[in-house]
Order: sequence, then structure tokens, then C-alpha cells
Amino acid sequence: MTTATIEQPDRGPLTRTELAQQIAADIPPGSYVNLGIGQPTTVADHLAPDSGVVLHTENGMLGMGRAAQGDEVDPDLVNAGKVPVTETPGAAYFHHADSFAMMRGGHLDVCVLGAFQVSGTGDLANWHTGEPDAIPAVGGAMDLAIGAKDVFVMMTLFDKQGRAKLVPSCTYPLTGVGCVSRVYTDVATFDLTPDGVVVTATFGTTVEELRSRLDVPLLAG
Amino acid sequence: MTEIASDPDAALKGVADGATVLVGGFGTAGQPVELIDALIRTGARDLTVVSNNAGNGDHGLAALLAAGQVRKIVCSFPRQSDSWVFDALYRAGKIELEVVPQGNLAERIRAAGAGIGAFFCPTGVGTPLAEGKETRTIDGRDYVLEYPIRGDLALVKAHVADTRGNLLYRKTARNFGPVMATAATTTVVQVDRLVDAGAIDPEVVVTPGIFVDRVVVCPASTELAEEGAAG
Repeated sequence: MTTATIEQPDRGPLTRTELAQQIAADIPPGSYVNLGIGQPTTVADHLAPDSGVVLHTENGMLGMGRAAQGDEVDPDLVNAGKVPVTETPGAAYFHHADSFAMMRGGHLDVCVLGAFQVSGTGDLANWHTGEPDAIPAVGGAMDLAIGAKDVFVMMTLFDKQGRAKLVPSCTYPLTGVGCVSRVYTDVATFDLTPDGVVVTATFGTTVEELRSRLDVPLLAG
Repeated sequence: MTEIASDPDAALKGVADGATVLVGGFGTAGQPVELIDALIRTGARDLTVVSNNAGNGDHGLAALLAAGQVRKIVCSFPRQSDSWVFDALYRAGKIELEVVPQGNLAERIRAAGAGIGAFFCPTGVGTPLAEGKETRTIDGRDYVLEYPIRGDLALVKAHVADTRGNLLYRKTARNFGPVMATAATTTVVQVDRLVDAGAIDPEVVVTPGIFVDRVVVCPASTELAEEGAAG
């Protein structure tokens, strides 16, 4: 599937909210979806009520609802980030081995994950900085990365030092190999295809400018 | 047969130093805090704990770590905003850590309970967590060989038990409970409520009593325990 790249140099980069809206709009209706801890969780706020999307949480639930408020808070009902949530009609609970069978067995349609780095061939690094004093913690990231049919990454394209996070080869420890299908960032979206990295849209920049700042060859539709 | 213990201390008789203990819970949801407190009172040392996290705050699993009774923890996500007890022990070199991807943790425990010798799993291929492990390509996909994790003891929190040891759980507090219950030599379960055999609809039993050695009632401190037996 190749569509023309939409270049929008005259607007600003996407805000966090706009980025979440963008991803929500691209999730097919009726999908089973897992949203990673942190920023990806906000995608849920922008899914259309009639989208029929069913949210999976790794700790054993399908049909997860919004964050719990006030009297709704129940310590036995939390999401992967251990935030109290609600259940929707038709929700189901199950144990951890079943929950991860849903990932590994290819039953989840989409997952949205944050990333430290993504390579042009879809390798993902999002669990460990590799620094000597960092305590490693992987959670369900590796299982999700290789399990969902489509893995979307949600991140800023550049880190605080201005270094690109879409790279020819990840320098951080890997979470999964060749598993990312699409990268959503504040300044551009990318499809990672067998032919290479295709820029599908830009926000506040151009493909030319991105080519000068990234070490990954970019294709434009 | 399942034994109904009079209190958490009676339920935890005979825990040996050096035991491997499977501890249910995802953060504090489903964490068997009263059983962990009783484990602390046994004074058993040199334990290996298998649990998704490495303790929250100062209670439950965190208190067991703080008591210096744990030599090694096997978990998927030790680092949390409130894991200061573990963080300090780890940075001081006083506890060993094995990080396991969460799905592998669940499946390795499941495999132990199901009598599976080992299994090939796609999770972690090409990552540091698969280094040194045997790999195989099956039908064009790469897999890593993973071995079962068996416990000497499993500590699980469920919602309701009947006198046969059949269990119901509550919402996402179920998490690792059903798989851990199958995978230990001795499985001890704390429940909010105990009912007579026959009071739980056989169609909705989550953990059959064959996997449960001892049950002890530890009423929940909140009104949540008022839910119906089939809820």
C-alpha cells in the first residue's frame, strides 16, 4: 500500500494530544488492541465510541474501560501500569498465561508502544538503557513486540539532545527484532516496509529536511 | 485433599530455608499479603522468590525483602515508582535479580504445572535476555528454548474457596494465581471467604481444588468481600 506523502511544513509539530488522535484514527474498527504503559495509554481517550475497539491489558482483561474515578476505584481492577481502571460491558478476565497466549499466539491486532530507538528494519529498543546503574525491567514489552499483528511505535523523533531515535541500527539493548510496522512521531509518520522506510506524513518539516537529519534512507510516496 | 488451615501461620508450617516460593500478584492486585507476613514469621531464609514485581511500598513482598530473607528474585518488572526496598538491596548487591519477560514468566510456570519439560518461545529472540540460550528455527520462525519454573511453595490470593479447594478470583487480581497454583509442591491460598462444597457453580470454577493444598481465610479489610460467591 503506497499513498502519497503528505508534507505539512507550514504547521507545527504534532502535540502529544494530536499524536494520540492520529494513532487512534488509524486503528481499524473492531480491533483488539493493547496500549503500552505511559504515552500510548492516552490513545484510548481518542477512540471513537462506536469504533468497537476492544482494549486488552496484559494483567488479564479484555474490554478495559477508562481510568476509574472516585468510588469506582477498586484495587483489584488495574491496568498494566497499575492504574485503577473500569470494565466495559462484555469484558472478560483471565489469567496471565492466557493473556500472553493472546499476544504470542497472534490474536491481538495492534499494540502501541513507546520506544528509545527503532531501526529502519523494525528492530525495537524500549526496555533498558543499558546504563550500568539502571535496574533492568522488561515487563510484557518483549512478548507484545513479537506478538501483535501490527506494532505501532509512538515517540518523539529526536531525543532531548536532538539525536534521532529512528536509526540504521539500535544501540540500546533490543526488545524485539524486525517487529515494528509503523512509527508515529511528533514531526513525521513512517511505514517500515520490506522496501525501506516510507515517510507517510510530515508535520512542521519536509522529507528533504528529515533526510538531512536521519541516517536512515527515506522513501517518499 | 485440600486442608483448611486455621490461620496463616498454620498454613505455612514447614517452609525450608532455600525454598523457591512463587508469589502471586501484579503489583498489589492479588498479592497474598497475609501469607507473606506469615512467611516472614517462619524466619525461612535464603529464599528464591518468583513474582511479577519486586515489592511495592513497605508491605507484603517488600517487607519480605526488607527482612533479608530473599537471596534471589525472579521477576519481569522489579523497577517501579514505589520499589525502594528492592532498589536499595539491588544497588547494595544484597539481592540477585533474574529478569524474565512477563509472558515467559507465566508460561514457564504454566509449563512446570503441566509437566512440560521445556518449550520453544518466540519472545526475546535476538535480545540480551536470550543470550546463551538454545535457539531453533521452526517453519521459518526463530524460537528460544525456555525451561519451566517450579516452586517448592506457591502463595496465592483468591476471592472465594469452597471446602474442596475450588477457587474463584476477583477481576485483575486473578493474574498469576491460577498458573502458580499448579506449579508448586505445596500451594497455599488465602481467600476472602470460604463456602461449603456445592456453593460454587462447577461451571465457573477457575482453579480446581486438585491444585490447592491449603486454604486459609483472611477476610478483606474492605466491603469488597461482600460480593456473591459466583461473582
